[in-house]
Amino acid sequence: MIEVNAMGDPCPIPVVKTKNAIKELTEGGQVKVLVDNEIAVQNLTKMANQKQYEVSSEKLEEGKYQVLLTIGKVQEEREQEIQSEVCIPDARQKNTIVVIGTDRMGEGNDELGKVLIKGFIYALTQMDDLPDKILFYNGGATLTTEGSDSLEDLKSLEAQGVEILTCGTCLNYYNLSDQLAVGSVTNMYAIVEAMSQADKIIRP
Amino acid sequence: MSDIVFCKGGGCTAKLGPGILSRVLSRLPKGEKDENLLIGYDSKDDAAVYKLTDDLAIVQTLDFFPPMVEDPYLFGQIAAANALSDIYAMGGQVKTALNIVCFPEQMDLNILGRIMEGGASKVTEAGGILSGGHSIADSDVKYGLSVTGIIHPDQIYANNGGRTKDKLILTKKLGVGIICTANRVKEASKEAMEEATDSMTTLNKYGAEILHHYKIHGCTDVTGFSFLGHLHEMLNDSHSALIYGDQIPYIKEAKEKAEEFLLTAAAQRNRNHLEGKVEFLGTSFGMEEILFDPQTSGGLLAAVAPEDADEVVRELKKAGLPAALVGEITEKTEKEIRVIGG
Repeated sequence: MIEVNAMGDPCPIPVVKTKNAIKELTEGGQVKVLVDNEIAVQNLTKMANQKQYEVSSEKLEEGKYQVLLTIGKVQEEREQEIQSEVCIPDARQKNTIVVIGTDRMGEGNDELGKVLIKGFIYALTQMDDLPDKILFYNGGATLTTEGSDSLEDLKSLEAQGVEILTCGTCLNYYNLSDQLAVGSVTNMYAIVEAMSQADKIIRP
Repeated sequence: MSDIVFCKGGGCTAKLGPGILSRVLSRLPKGEKDENLLIGYDSKDDAAVYKLTDDLAIVQTLDFFPPMVEDPYLFGQIAAANALSDIYAMGGQVKTALNIVCFPEQMDLNILGRIMEGGASKVTEAGGILSGGHSIADSDVKYGLSVTGIIHPDQIYANNGGRTKDKLILTKKLGVGIICTANRVKEASKEAMEEATDSMTTLNKYGAEILHHYKIHGCTDVTGFSFLGHLHEMLNDSHSALIYGDQIPYIKEAKEKAEEFLLTAAAQRNRNHLEGKVEFLGTSFGMEEILFDPQTSGGLLAAVAPEDADEVVRELKKAGLPAALVGEITEKTEKEIRVIGG
């Protein structure tokens, strides 16, 4: 365990000192930090949460707080894992975007439409030239959220560098804002910009 | 240069937290009502406005703080630009300014001279006259201005005049607080620090002059309470806002530094103050911190009629400002501020 005394240090110094202490822990372990104000406790906790360190804190006495961070060795492995995902060669075709505005493909039978859209997204993963972005809006938002049959395919596309973007207003409308399972949220400006800059737009 | 006494946090990071302040203000006796006081501290506005005649009102404000940069001339310029900004945020014109000085007696007076020269240069640029001041011997350096401007009583940009569907336009980059903090622990690059000081010394005059030609329903300047804190004040419990996180102009390095956890206490206080009011949808941690970052001499945040918004942004950009359309005002929703992406 390393002890860091950051009593009397203004932010961001307690965090800077703690980061330096963590660097010394090559094998993982614990860092105990003493600070004199609650805001510093909150900033340390915020860092720990972002870094996925275990963290606990207690008030020892008036103007004296202790923050205990546990840094696991597992952490580094996880970081390596993330890096290796990023290393998949970039197979995107520049400036092609796919736009999905509904949860089914084509008109006619809805059930068939849903099967087709799933097949379409799967087929995308198999293409040699991947699109730059896939935009989801309106009913399309249900494809990027919990419960969608296409999540695995979309995650695979994302891992290969395809940007998966879902319209935030639509997520909100369908009460799906907290259920986005792949990619990130976008807005109408970004959608219009992406579409107007695209060389090719594919609509299933 | 001899040692300027750096306080624990310079610039607007040194502001008292918004929570503490409201508690004190709410207990002060208001005195007798004077209907010529158009804007006082009943509202959360940037400056006080007092009507003299039907077509003339005075705008008063004062602002001072400890140094956030080492160069005394630059500090003077930033402190002055920051103080003058409140007049512009109300839609007014600067007329006179008084120096506010705290300075240690044993320190080299040339430093004070440079600070005040820097301040004077900005007052002149603003078209105002430096007309006096007051100084106190103190353990730390602090500097700022008390500024008086004029305005037509019908053309005041109230903080909270924004309407549903108005577009929100921000005229400067965010992130100067993070960069100055990183600089204090020697982790900011020279380029980023220059970007921050250039931004802080830029008068909001130029942005305000463009806004005057359009339908502006509400305006404030983004300072110590951060973009989200000042937006919260604009919304005044009557509206909500949708913020396009990916459109926010910011100093690139600020996001990197935030992700390295060079976090200020003031940003965390701002975050605490808005607890439960902000929802982030797909926003990165770095952008969250930027949106809570206290700004010194930050840009104007204006609620603009939707039909004017694109042209306003174009004109601001033409004038060299890093302005952007960053969101819109909506009907009141469950979460007061929703930030999407970024």
